[in-house]
This record gives sequence, C-alpha cells and structure tokens, in this order.
Amino acid sequence: MTTVSAPPAAVESLAPRVRPRRSFGPGSIIKYALAIFFLIVVLMPLYVLIVTSFKAGSDIGVTSQWNLPTHWTTASWGKAWTALRPSFIRTFELAIPVAVISSLIGAANGFVLSRWRFPGADVVFTMILFGMFIPYQAVMIPLREIVTTIGIAPGIPTLVFVHCVYGIPICTLIFRNYYATTVPEELVEAARVDGAGLLRTFARIILPISIPGFVVTVIWQFTSAWNDYLFAIFLANTRNGPITIALNALAGAQSPDYAASMAGALITSLPTLIVYVLLGRWFIGGLMAGSVKS
Amino acid sequence: MRRLRHWGPGLLLLSPSLILLAVFVYGLIAWTTKVSLSDEHNALGSKGFVGLENYKNLFTNDIQDRFTHSLKNLLIFTVVFLVGAMFFGLLWAFLLERGIKGEGFFRTVYLFPMAVSFIASGVVWRWLMNPLKGDDAGGLNAVFGGLHLDFLQSTWWTNPNWGMASMAMPAVWQLSGYVMALFLAGFRGIPQELREAAAMDGASTYRLYRNVIFPQLTPVALSALIILGHMSMKMFDLIMSISGPQWLTEVPAVYVWQTLLTSDYAKAAAISIVLLLLVAVVIVPYLIYTNRVEKSR
Repeated sequence: MTTVSAPPAAVESLAPRVRPRRSFGPGSIIKYALAIFFLIVVLMPLYVLIVTSFKAGSDIGVTSQWNLPTHWTTASWGKAWTALRPSFIRTFELAIPVAVISSLIGAANGFVLSRWRFPGADVVFTMILFGMFIPYQAVMIPLREIVTTIGIAPGIPTLVFVHCVYGIPICTLIFRNYYATTVPEELVEAARVDGAGLLRTFARIILPISIPGFVVTVIWQFTSAWNDYLFAIFLANTRNGPITIALNALAGAQSPDYAASMAGALITSLPTLIVYVLLGRWFIGGLMAGSVKS
Repeated sequence: MRRLRHWGPGLLLLSPSLILLAVFVYGLIAWTTKVSLSDEHNALGSKGFVGLENYKNLFTNDIQDRFTHSLKNLLIFTVVFLVGAMFFGLLWAFLLERGIKGEGFFRTVYLFPMAVSFIASGVVWRWLMNPLKGDDAGGLNAVFGGLHLDFLQSTWWTNPNWGMASMAMPAVWQLSGYVMALFLAGFRGIPQELREAAAMDGASTYRLYRNVIFPQLTPVALSALIILGHMSMKMFDLIMSISGPQWLTEVPAVYVWQTLLTSDYAKAAAISIVLLLLVAVVIVPYLIYTNRVEKSR
C-alpha cells in the first residue's frame, strides 16, 4: 500500500499577485485612502463597544457615546461576566462538540461523494445541499416535539444534536469540494488496487491530508453554534441555553445597563474573534479550496 | 454483485446522514406542511384539514395586512443588504487584489465582523442607529452632525417607509468581509497565464479587468448572491436584537416566532412554508444548474 504523508495541499497561496509598487502614484494614494477609510468605518462599532464598556454613571449616554470615559472602570465587565458566566461555559460545551462531530461527519460524507461515488451520487448530493438553505422555521414546530419524543435532554444536548444534523450539508459540501480539488482520483484508485477498503483508505490516506478542510468546517461550525440564536430560543431558555440568549436578556431588558451590555457583547464575541484572528488566514485559504473549481 | 461491493460501503458510510436529513429536513417540512393545512390555531390541537385556507388568509385576510407588510419589509431589507454587501465586498477585494502593504491586516479587520453574532452586534448598532437628531444626536447622527453633514442624519429603522433599508446596514457591515473573502479567492483562482496573455495583447488595466478578470468572477458572484440571499430571507436574530419584535420591522421569520407565542401553530406553519417556498424558488434552480455545470466538466 502506498503511504502518503504529503503536507496539506497548498491553500496558502494567498500572496498578492500584483506586488505593491514602489512609487506612489495618484492611483495608489486613492487605493490606500479608501482602504483606510473603510478600515475606520468597519472598526467604528468596535470602538463604541470598547469605550462604553469601561464607562460608568453619567458618562454613559447617547450624546457622549463617542467620548472616551472620564473615569475608566471595569465594574461593568464584572457585572456582565457575572450575568454571562454560566452560559459562557455552556456555550463551549455546545460549540466544541458541534465543531468536532460535524467536521468528522462532513469529511466522511465528502469523501464518499467525491472519491467513492455510487450511482446517483450527484442527485443525493443535491438533496443534501438543499438542507443547508432551508429557513429553519419550516422545521421548527415539529422539531420541538420530535426532540422531546426521542428523549434528548433539553438545553445543550438538544442543541448539539440539532446543530450537528443541520450542519451536515455545509460540512459535506466543504469536504466534497476540498477532496475533489486536492485529492487525485488516482491516489484512491491505487489504494483500491492495493486492496484497501473504504474505511482504511479514508483513515490512512485521506484524513492525514484533510487538515485544511477541517480548519474551515471547525471554524464554520464553531462560529455558527456559538452565534446561533434561533435554535437557542426555540429549544432552550436562559437557564440551560447558550450565551446569545443570556446576552439578549442582559441587553434587551426594559432599561438595560448600556455599559454592561457592551461589555457583555464583547465577552460574547471574544471566543469567535480569537478563532478568526488565529485561524482566519487558513479560513480564506480553505474557502478558496472549497469554492473555486479548477 | 461486484459493483455493489465496489460502491456499497460508501453508501453505507453515508446512510446515517441521509437518514437524519430525510427525517429532519424533508420529514419535518412535510410535517410542517401538514400543520399549515390544518386548523390547529391553539394549544388544544387540531380538529381537521382546512386546505389552503391558512395561506389564503395570510394574503387576503390578515389584520392590517400584517403578512404582506412583513414581505414588503423583507424585500427592502434584502435589496439593500445584497446590493450593499456585494458592492463593498467586491470593492474591498479589488483594493486588496491590487496589492496593498499590510494586506493581511486589512483582510483580518474587514473580515472580523463576520465572527460576531447578530445578537452581539445588535447591542451596539441599536446605539449607533439612535434616531435623535440635532443637539441630542448620538451614534451615527452625531458623527454626521460633527462632520457638518446634517442632511445625512436619519431616523434609521424607526422610519415607517424605508426604515428596513437602515436595518440592512448592520447586516452589510457583518457580511461584506465574507463577500470580500469569496471574491479574493476568486481573483486568486484566475490563472496567471490569462493575465499575461492579456498583457501581451497590450490590454490596458481597465480592459484587463473589464474583459478578462470580471467575467471569470461570475460564478463567485453567483454563489455570493445565493449565500447572502438565503441569509436575508431567514433574517431573525438581527431584527430581534435591534428593534425587538414589533410591527415596524417585522419580517416573516419574526412573524413566525410571534405567532408561535400565541400557539397559533397552523398560521405559523403556513408563514414558514411560504418562506421556504420563497427560498426554494431561487435555490432549487441554482442547485440544479450547479449540478449540471459540474457534470459537463
């Protein structure tokens, strides 16, 4: 049997094709001006979030929104953390299993649909994909009944199950496209000729070169489970649900504490932001492997 | 038999997913459809089949035309969201594609809003879109006031006619970076030989983009539109977070939730199925088309 220990396929070819020119013509001044202008626009909401979260008392107001705090205080961070802590931990218990399980299912499905195909695989694939576009409201009414009937514990276990099921289409799509563009058909054929079965081919040859695909599905599923609100309010509550419910309760009250809400929004966003900043470059690379067909 | 041994294991590995999706996607849609054709208007359950009556009522007999109003809101939101996110996404990708120092930094910043949940970004956008003007202005209105651009001050989503257009702004802010990433991937996927060939032919930069590069990006643009479009149809979190459920900003997804709270399952199901059909009208042809394009390769 041929053992393949090739490094992950080059999805990191993101270096710009057009190298920055040395001379600064009028074109490049406009280019940088625009890029920096949009940078500021994109960061504006983040600025408001950060400065407000460190304010207290009369500093917090609509008209003084853009001002820096006169007295910096972390009191609101403490308050928000107390309100969000239990759900913050629960959301990890939700998002990590979802990311891992969905990715493994997606890898297996993607492999079968791209390199171990059966008659009618394309039709089956299209039927799978449709599941990714449906508005979940169209399944929500019976979903609540069915998860109680089949006896999954309410709250996080139910949400893990639901996110894994509805994550199958996107993860299958990402891995199918990834394998179709990076794993040569001959490689799988060679393994077959050597008498390797499906599972062995998958585990020994395919999985080791699947890391870029995993990066994409893990980020994707982690983020969508972490940020989900729709499934959460349908299938859980503030006592057993994820952080989006808790944040909305904190920020959506009749007379919300603005500083604590903003600190809460930052706490809520921190894990997904860290994931993005650390893995973002591979994410774009993976998107490229996934979405661009050669 | 040999053929079955050849592809059988693959089908077997796939079958748990297929069963789950058959039940949880197609089965539950059928179930919802059945509820939508019944008279289950309260928690006591259904007495029987009423045909398309619930659907007819939505379009012709809803109080204050609530459903058609929510569709109108959805249409305004979708148009602004799609045009905005596609425009900025393409522009940013183009800027970065032209080569910029610190490209990775710009890319990360443009992309970061995508990592934030609509619920969290709603917390701050609620403030940024404060409707007060003049001396009381806050948020974006204060910025416009400070720049002496008072005419740009707006009542944002509280405007009864075009408020939904400003509701799309946070969505544009969040998803433009994603569209940029897709287009960047598209730009980088264009073979270098194509650019070189165009340069050999003496094509100007403008002609190079107009005639060679942009046409190559059509498939990327189509996928981006499809992804944004179906997100828009489902838009729920953002609106719940910024305005909460209320008449002014109601879209079908929020209407379903509000109807469920009154235990009118039949009506909620009917709205959901209309929403599903709206999505399907766009998605099904797209899926069939993609399938065909792949086969012809």
